[in-house]
Amino acid sequence: MGDYSPPPSHTPILSTPIPTMEIPFTVAARPDTGVYNAKLGVWLFLASEVMLFGGLFSAYVFLRIGAPEWPGMIDGEMVTRAHNILNVPLATLNTMVLIASSVTMVMAWASLKLNNFGKYKLYMGLTILAAFGFLIIKAIEYGSKFSHHLYPSESTFLAIYFTLTGLHALHVIGGIVVNSYFWGPGSKMWKTNPAQFTNRIEIAGLYWHFVDLVWIFLFPTIYLL
Amino acid sequence: MSDTATAEDIRKHVRVYMIVFGSLAVLTVVTVAVAYLDLPIWPALILALLIATVKGGLVAGYFMHLVSEKKVIYWILGVTAAFLFFMFLLFISAHSDQEGFALVA
Repeated sequence: MGDYSPPPSHTPILSTPIPTMEIPFTVAARPDTGVYNAKLGVWLFLASEVMLFGGLFSAYVFLRIGAPEWPGMIDGEMVTRAHNILNVPLATLNTMVLIASSVTMVMAWASLKLNNFGKYKLYMGLTILAAFGFLIIKAIEYGSKFSHHLYPSESTFLAIYFTLTGLHALHVIGGIVVNSYFWGPGSKMWKTNPAQFTNRIEIAGLYWHFVDLVWIFLFPTIYLL
Repeated sequence: MSDTATAEDIRKHVRVYMIVFGSLAVLTVVTVAVAYLDLPIWPALILALLIATVKGGLVAGYFMHLVSEKKVIYWILGVTAAFLFFMFLLFISAHSDQEGFALVA
């Protein structure tokens, strides 16, 4: 312990330059995978998301095939079809809104590929607005259920309905956060590294289209069958 | 999606996106129309999932560029699909083992 001696005062420890390290394969494809790293990462993330929603869909099937009636007793009445208790026109409108947002998202990416940053801002802005529109419609739908005292605790059907649609809505919120960043402060990267920024928008799009994809299956399963 | 796509390629893609958008909108209307036919549960289920699968395929194929993706992505999705299938099988076999299989409307 007594052997320690402090470094000589003239040694400039903190001023030693730290070598900078660039994250590899943000633009160019990695030779062994054929894709840039972020794309591979997002697809792996989406694979885990498939299992998350798949687990809940399995739970839905399990609950449904085990139920004597579906949706069953809700608020003291026997309901035999989901569309008798849920608002199908609002959910149809939401489906259209989400599909439209997927188109604007892919158009935002295509605009960058065509070197049109102004169009990118427009399409990305529309995507974010559509996402807010989706949430507002969903809030109206939830509000109508709550005003009739229909909560997840009311029935098995409502429990799985709120769980699946609620988790999906959380994903929409996540998409809004990411897309808003890329619309606002994150878009500065276009000036310094346009190729990497375009790739970022492509993978943000992959996530957003996945959110649309989940809804495409949720809508008929929960609302129409 | 190829990283070396030219501006003309992208413009062609944009036209495809618009066709896919129209198809998705039409299929959504068809999904709702079929639901109001009040078909028995099994035909209704098969039809609804068939339409949803076509819609999902269009989104995954064209918006997510899976029609022209690299092999590693297909492998990831293939393994995921296998796990998903196995998970569904577990749930369904657990139920049918006890009570037989019946879907109520």
